[in-house]
Amino acid sequence: MTCRLVLPAQLRDAAGGRGEIEGQGATLRAVLDDLAARLPGLERRLRDERGELRQHVLVFVDGVSVRGEAEQETPVREGAEVFVAPAVSGG
Amino acid sequence: MAETILLVGTRKGLVIARSRDDRRTWDLDDIRFVTMEVAAVGVDARRDPPRLFAAVQSFHWGSTVVHSDDLGATWSEPETAPVAFPEDADRALRRIWQIQPAPANQPDVVYAGVEPHALFRSEDGGVSFELVRGLDEHPHRPQWQPGGGGACLHTVVPHPTDPQRLLVAISSGGVYRTHDGGASWEPANQGIQALFMPEDQRFPEFGQCVHKVATHPSNPERLYAQNHFGVYRSDDWGTQWQAIENGLPSNFGFPMVVHPSRPETVYNFPLVADVERMPPENRCRVYRTDDGGSTWRALEKGLPGAPYYAAVMRDAMGTDGVDPAGVYFGTRVGEVFATRDDGDSWTQVAQHLPDILSVRAVALP
Repeated sequence: MTCRLVLPAQLRDAAGGRGEIEGQGATLRAVLDDLAARLPGLERRLRDERGELRQHVLVFVDGVSVRGEAEQETPVREGAEVFVAPAVSGG
Repeated sequence: MAETILLVGTRKGLVIARSRDDRRTWDLDDIRFVTMEVAAVGVDARRDPPRLFAAVQSFHWGSTVVHSDDLGATWSEPETAPVAFPEDADRALRRIWQIQPAPANQPDVVYAGVEPHALFRSEDGGVSFELVRGLDEHPHRPQWQPGGGGACLHTVVPHPTDPQRLLVAISSGGVYRTHDGGASWEPANQGIQALFMPEDQRFPEFGQCVHKVATHPSNPERLYAQNHFGVYRSDDWGTQWQAIENGLPSNFGFPMVVHPSRPETVYNFPLVADVERMPPENRCRVYRTDDGGSTWRALEKGLPGAPYYAAVMRDAMGTDGVDPAGVYFGTRVGEVFATRDDGDSWTQVAQHLPDILSVRAVALP
């Protein structure tokens, strides 16, 4: 599965200056695992060394937050948009 | 000296101050790593030019170590995480509290102290670090408690001549030391009280809330420690500690810094108590001993007048290695002060910065 990974401005340096990159995988976990192999400096900003999504990182797959739902087991369809955002935690 | 560089890590970024006139006046670079917390800065003066370090923590994207080999003009980090717990540790890095290069006899060794309680070691000059498992596997580790600032290993004191010896300070675990290069560790807290414990348990083997430990290369067996209630000295590399707080207005505080060329001269910044983290009498005063802690004197010439309420954090004081000493400290209200005469008088280097967490200086030849 190929998806579009959309990144906030703060992460674009870690993605070679790009705000949108291609992702590969049938679940969010697979997409992030693939990212870890290709762009580890980007992936480690989204997940900690245990492989868990960082506490204040939001991920939306086709507009739906994965938080409190399937989290990294969220299916990613062909052509999906995986949107990453910093949470506004703490105001 | 050609230039003195002062690294100032703040709650919202890194500021570098530079002096080209023997520390009389300072120019400030624009703030870097905006909105990132810089709890630790470091200088590897074994290299020419010195390698500068900053521990940079994003609220969202985690913690990392960046370094600069051009005196702060550009910064870099490896693609893979410089500091990360191995998979079997089942913990995640929260914060890097200390970056400490080893002495010149271990040219590429750099240590990092982190939260949750752990020590990391680099053998490639501070680019990548590995967990020091000897300390991590210590049976006391599960019993170490978090200090008020977190469960941190905040101080690393390499032995200046013996690469097998290393000492660390943990909140709240106390002081630990190794004689075998980090393979095995022992607590070194004898004589240090833990006032927050029940009365009959105030001198435990470990669990003290040490705030900072400092030493001097010319007298490595001598250590100075600022604790959570208690200022101490050891003359046998931590085997036994004795109080040296007579003459101080309070035995609470955070930083403890030894003069670069006079091992009997030490600086600290007392606060009233843990429940009143303000300077005694609401006066901004650094204290200095010139006799290893037998007597102390207040230094306030050039510092702000009363009332003054701001504190100085444990790593927000440092020296530059020059004689007479440049001593520098940053405050929770974003001021940086400097002395170029061992503390007799002070000038303001900066103000209106974010609250300051870490300060380190280096004088270029």
